[in-house]
Amino acid sequence: MSSYMNWRGAYAILRNELLRFFRTAFGSIVSPVLTTSLYFIVFGSAIGSRMAEVNGVPYGAFIVPGLLMLTLLAESTSNASFGIYMPKFTGAIYELLSAPVGVAETVIGFVGAAALKSLIISAIILVTATLFVDYSIAHPVLALGYIVLVAAAFSLFGFLLGLWADGFEKLSIIPMLVLTPLTFLGGTFYSVDMLDEPWGTLVQVNPVFYLVNGLRWTFTGQSDVPIALAFGMTLAFVALCVATIAWIFKTGWRLRE
Amino acid sequence: MPEPILDIRGLEKTYKGGVQALKGVDLTIRRGEIFALLGPNGAGKTTLIGATCGLVNPTGGSIEAFGLDTRKHWREVRARIGLVPQELATDMFDKVIRQVRYSRGMFGLKPDEARIEEVLKALSLWDKRDAAIRELSGGMKRRVMIAKALAHDPELLFLDEPTAGVDVELRRDMWKQIDALRARGTTIILTTHYIEEAQEMADRVGVINKGEILLVDDKDAIMAQLGSTEAHFTLESALADIPAPLAQYPLHLEDDGKRLVYRGGDGTGAGKREVADLAKLLVQQQIAFTGIETRESTLEDIFVGLLEDRQEVAA
Repeated sequence: MSSYMNWRGAYAILRNELLRFFRTAFGSIVSPVLTTSLYFIVFGSAIGSRMAEVNGVPYGAFIVPGLLMLTLLAESTSNASFGIYMPKFTGAIYELLSAPVGVAETVIGFVGAAALKSLIISAIILVTATLFVDYSIAHPVLALGYIVLVAAAFSLFGFLLGLWADGFEKLSIIPMLVLTPLTFLGGTFYSVDMLDEPWGTLVQVNPVFYLVNGLRWTFTGQSDVPIALAFGMTLAFVALCVATIAWIFKTGWRLRE
Repeated sequence: MPEPILDIRGLEKTYKGGVQALKGVDLTIRRGEIFALLGPNGAGKTTLIGATCGLVNPTGGSIEAFGLDTRKHWREVRARIGLVPQELATDMFDKVIRQVRYSRGMFGLKPDEARIEEVLKALSLWDKRDAAIRELSGGMKRRVMIAKALAHDPELLFLDEPTAGVDVELRRDMWKQIDALRARGTTIILTTHYIEEAQEMADRVGVINKGEILLVDDKDAIMAQLGSTEAHFTLESALADIPAPLAQYPLHLEDDGKRLVYRGGDGTGAGKREVADLAKLLVQQQIAFTGIETRESTLEDIFVGLLEDRQEVAA
């Protein structure tokens, strides 16, 4: 009998998380938008205007998907990790653990809210980008689908990070020491053609490289990797995160004593 | 006997570090009662609650609530249980009313503003509904925790140290709230180390220490079995021995015969009656006294006595 889905519970968590986001909307939205705008000003307008085209795409337009991915990864991860870590830190997690909500409701609530927040910020960034660079989106529907998929994937990853972390230091260490370097080295600002060996080969073991190129394909129609591979790797990442989260809820690891 | 609402059998919990917090606990809670679980810090009270509510994974035994296994039927069971934890653990930056709505939604219930208003008014929080929780006093924050636990109308409510750190006035106020809940038919299990609280509120009392239940009984039965009355008569003139007409009473002399001490009764008032009879008899026997001090033993005396007895047995 314990198999029904508590949709109201999932919605309550989602709504609570979104309300928390809007309560601190100024800081949550202005900070990532300002940071990305600075990248657009420096790399898109100032330096980009003196750069040659990359695979026939103006440099300013070339970096739009990469910078969007940079924000998506950082925001999705931090939104979701803080979302679940804070109740753990304050002790308010007791309510979640004692409520009739399981892994599905918790993930829909926390991960759904984190992904939605990232999508709102992404939309604002894409609009802001038009102020600094000229760009167009070659495959808008696929671009939207891909952005949603990446937001979900990294919100799941952030949720895992929040479950794993037992201190604020751990919460920031992975985004700072792993995600940010991988994103910068994942082709945000360059094409793989622009790299000498062995960097050209090495960059292909960076999973973020596939994410950036997948998104770039939906924007420009140009990609360093087959689009199916980029989608496939993102889906595999989603599946891995979901399986790990399901295991955590089943065993109670880092949740129940 | 009323049907059990909670039936715990052989419950065990050993934490990773090897600490055995619960050592085969058996406990049955009756529907509609207020049950006080007494015990010193680290006795296993919170672990017992945590295991029932889903916060702690037991390492042995079984728990049935409403006749359902809490592991197999966790959704049904949890939907009918409310928990007020010891800590004031909630989003302190959020508004009172939003947090109470959130709790109701999380437990799968439709929004019901009338019910939320009723809960907040009952806990004198209605005027503070739009205040950020962090702006409230400690007592008010604790009431918010209770409001959150009541938002889904639980049949079984756990109150883990509900009045810890709360001033006397607020504690009495909280007792009234708990009484009102009982009147609505809610079964309440409260843990406390304020014996006075158990004595005031509970129908039945359980004593737990070092992960073992030492005693479970009706509060009045415990008082009858283990309680006593002590009376001190200050005599005008010292007595050398207990006079024969008084020999039927449990008396002895102290302070070089200047104080006649009665120690007896059963905690249900029998001792008080005997002391009154004794006073009349002293007057009849023309044994003058200048004062009487009486004292009923409390649950605290019983509790301390039980723990001391256990320690002696262990030694």
